[in-house]
Amino acid sequence: MSTVATAPARTEPVQRAYPPGHEPVHNYLHEPGPGPDVHGFQRFWEIFKSWATTVDHKRIGVMYLFTISIFFAVAGIAALGVRAELLAPGSQFLTADQYNKLFTFHGVVMVFLFIIPSIPASLGNFILPIQLGAKDVAFPKLNLMSYYLFLTGASIALYAIFSGGIDTGWTFYTPYSDTTNTAVLPMTMAVFVAGFATILTGINFIVTIHKMRAPGLTWNRLPLFIWALYAVSIVQILATPVIGITMVLLALERFIGIGIFDPALGGDPVLFQHFFWFYSHPAVYIMILPAFGVISELMGTFSRQKVFGYRAIALSSVAIAMLGFMVWGHHMFVSGQSPLSSIVFSVITFLIGVPSGIKILNWVATMYKGSVWLATPMLFALAFLFLFTIGGLTGIMVGAIGVDIHLHDTYFVVAHFHYVMMGGTVFAMVGALFYWWPKMFGRMMSETWGRISAVVMFFGFNMTFFTQFILGSQGMPRRYFTYLPQYQDLHVVSTIGSWFLALGLLMVLGNMIWSLFRGKPAPGNPWGAATLEWTHTTSPPDHHNFHRTPLVTHGPYDYDVLFSGDGAGGDGAGGVRIAGQPAPIPDPEVGGPQEMEKSVDQGTSQPDSALD
Amino acid sequence: MAVHPTTIAVDDPHAGAHGSHDHGGDHPPHLKHYFISSEQQFDAAKLGMWLFLVTEILLFGGMFVAYGIYRSMYPELFVEASTQLNTVMGGINTLVLLASSLTVAWAIRCAQTDNQRGLFWNLVATVCLAGVFMVIKYFEYTHKFHLGIFPGSHYTFFAEGTPFTLPGVEAAAEHGGGHHIPEGELPLTNQRAGLFFSIYYVMTGIHGIHVLIGMIAISTLAVKAWKGKYSSAWYTPVENVGLYWHVVDIIWIFLFPLMYLIS
Repeated sequence: MSTVATAPARTEPVQRAYPPGHEPVHNYLHEPGPGPDVHGFQRFWEIFKSWATTVDHKRIGVMYLFTISIFFAVAGIAALGVRAELLAPGSQFLTADQYNKLFTFHGVVMVFLFIIPSIPASLGNFILPIQLGAKDVAFPKLNLMSYYLFLTGASIALYAIFSGGIDTGWTFYTPYSDTTNTAVLPMTMAVFVAGFATILTGINFIVTIHKMRAPGLTWNRLPLFIWALYAVSIVQILATPVIGITMVLLALERFIGIGIFDPALGGDPVLFQHFFWFYSHPAVYIMILPAFGVISELMGTFSRQKVFGYRAIALSSVAIAMLGFMVWGHHMFVSGQSPLSSIVFSVITFLIGVPSGIKILNWVATMYKGSVWLATPMLFALAFLFLFTIGGLTGIMVGAIGVDIHLHDTYFVVAHFHYVMMGGTVFAMVGALFYWWPKMFGRMMSETWGRISAVVMFFGFNMTFFTQFILGSQGMPRRYFTYLPQYQDLHVVSTIGSWFLALGLLMVLGNMIWSLFRGKPAPGNPWGAATLEWTHTTSPPDHHNFHRTPLVTHGPYDYDVLFSGDGAGGDGAGGVRIAGQPAPIPDPEVGGPQEMEKSVDQGTSQPDSALD
Repeated sequence: MAVHPTTIAVDDPHAGAHGSHDHGGDHPPHLKHYFISSEQQFDAAKLGMWLFLVTEILLFGGMFVAYGIYRSMYPELFVEASTQLNTVMGGINTLVLLASSLTVAWAIRCAQTDNQRGLFWNLVATVCLAGVFMVIKYFEYTHKFHLGIFPGSHYTFFAEGTPFTLPGVEAAAEHGGGHHIPEGELPLTNQRAGLFFSIYYVMTGIHGIHVLIGMIAISTLAVKAWKGKYSSAWYTPVENVGLYWHVVDIIWIFLFPLMYLIS
């Protein structure tokens, strides 16, 4: 119908005849850039500009991934410092004040600059529109703005840290945060600004999911990763404004002494705790729900089986998001709230165990009688199942009032939330990176080293944090600079474990960098998955994700359709036809574990082109 | 942004725009390439705006919760301190904002009916009414500053013999005490008066910032309306800013009785 135009040729000429209007343009990593005659700084500047001003969700996702990885590394080094200081009682290489600032730095950076944006802003940004069959998110410019707001917030946070640091812990409890002479004011502003970034991402995701699904992609055919991101986005837009206003009030309190949290003026410091946890407990689900989505994808793909209890998993994400708003008081059992409200909060906390348990059991049932393929992403998913179950069950323990009175502010709580945050979210995120890396960068990571790193991380993690359960149950208080000599053995074990954990993470990093330069080119669907990003687009995806808008005719985990091969040949000629278009049943010759060794020519044997 | 050609399916309404971004051809000029139809684009923008307004409600919700808690803790403080607020000025401001909601709704109607003059002048009227609101607010604030009615620890407008038991308040009162109290003004006798005015200034102040942002947004709309950018085919920004303005209005509708009309 229309004139045919192709992009300026940057790579090898296309080796295959395409129907008019369906030629591959260029993948998002190779946008038309400066010509070969531009060199040096000018060239760098041109490429930098094309990334810094992009509104492509894929590039924004990659920029987010790069940025949060830096914060993860920095905050991780701080954690290693904290652990090293705790090798023995008393001062090793830090003073008590420096120690307070270091663990606060670790907490604030990990929570606000790494784990809150982690999976949604990086992988979610990249994968969500593609899994929906859309060309982009609903508001691409807001998406870019969200990234810059995040950078601004992060810069203010770094300013706060280098202009004297902050020693309140990541919770900023009043009245101490009112009176300490460290840089609380800029840090509250940092959290406020970074919160805007979260809100914009949440709005973008909800609107995209509601309005931009491909034809045939009903709510019951949405991949579970999308369901999880949907639940997360609801929490993001409902909870984040509250931390925003809390931070503004705290800043005004320090700046002009409004006294709303100051008992000396008639204010109530416990109100700050209520405000803070009204955000920060739902924020815990901002951190873990995307990980649930990732695990659902991995369980289906690597068990070659429909995800068991699809609707139960999808709706339990939403249930967790809703219940998560009603349990904030379980952080405040010892803050002087009434016994009645403590009991109510405790009971609702137990209720959250129900949707979480539904997920765990359904994932296990998905593996049952499936053909489980123990590739690296699956190893991380299995580690997640193990670690999150421990983290979740200990959460029920500290959610019980009587037990919590004893375990409150001990290493037991520290171990509990590290099992959920680190053992849950970080393991899921690393697994997700192994899973989607070929799609994002068009290169396979090393399987051997991937598996080794999974084992090392699992071992190091349990060594670091399981000891802390024991320490906490013996009474070791959290956030303390020094401790009684009786705790030293377990502290030493924990610190050595943290080195193994760091080693495992370094292996993952090395694997990523190696794959970018030396990794095998990835086929379109290396894992044989059935969601749109694998079946309908190339690796890495085309500039507009798809050559034509996909038509969805089956669920996200219908591997039987994918591999049945009943006449759904490479050209789609024998497939179902709707409105004159062949139904996009993927080519069974592409993808699948047996294809790993097959040499791949540049983009020609990939799913989308195979369809055309 | 680099301009680059794309290849898109034949049933795509953007097909006419191949190789250029000048949006010629047979598809609507404001349709972004990642949307399938204008309806989809309009619905998406409107849903996004509603979600943003939800976050606004929650932002103010936090402050209303603080208001509710302190009012139930210190009911007599709120009754007494509220007498310092000028009900006439607050009432006029309420009417002004209600009128501005009418003009902005009228502007949207004008956009839908392609009435360019009506659109422009209604937007201008909205900005002017918002300006009147801010000017009245300015006089309210400066009058209070003149009396020493400041938020929190800076509040000094206490009557002689106010019983002080809170250390922070007493120190502030002594520091700022001894100034002249004008004729006809009644100083407060409640030592927590600063707390009420903290809430008052924070809530009305953040509301005022929203009014200012709204004025900037509506002025921008007015300039674009003058250039004839909006029509019945595309008026999404007018619709969305209108929604925002209604929320700003509604928040004031709650603030006014809660602050000014307590007795």
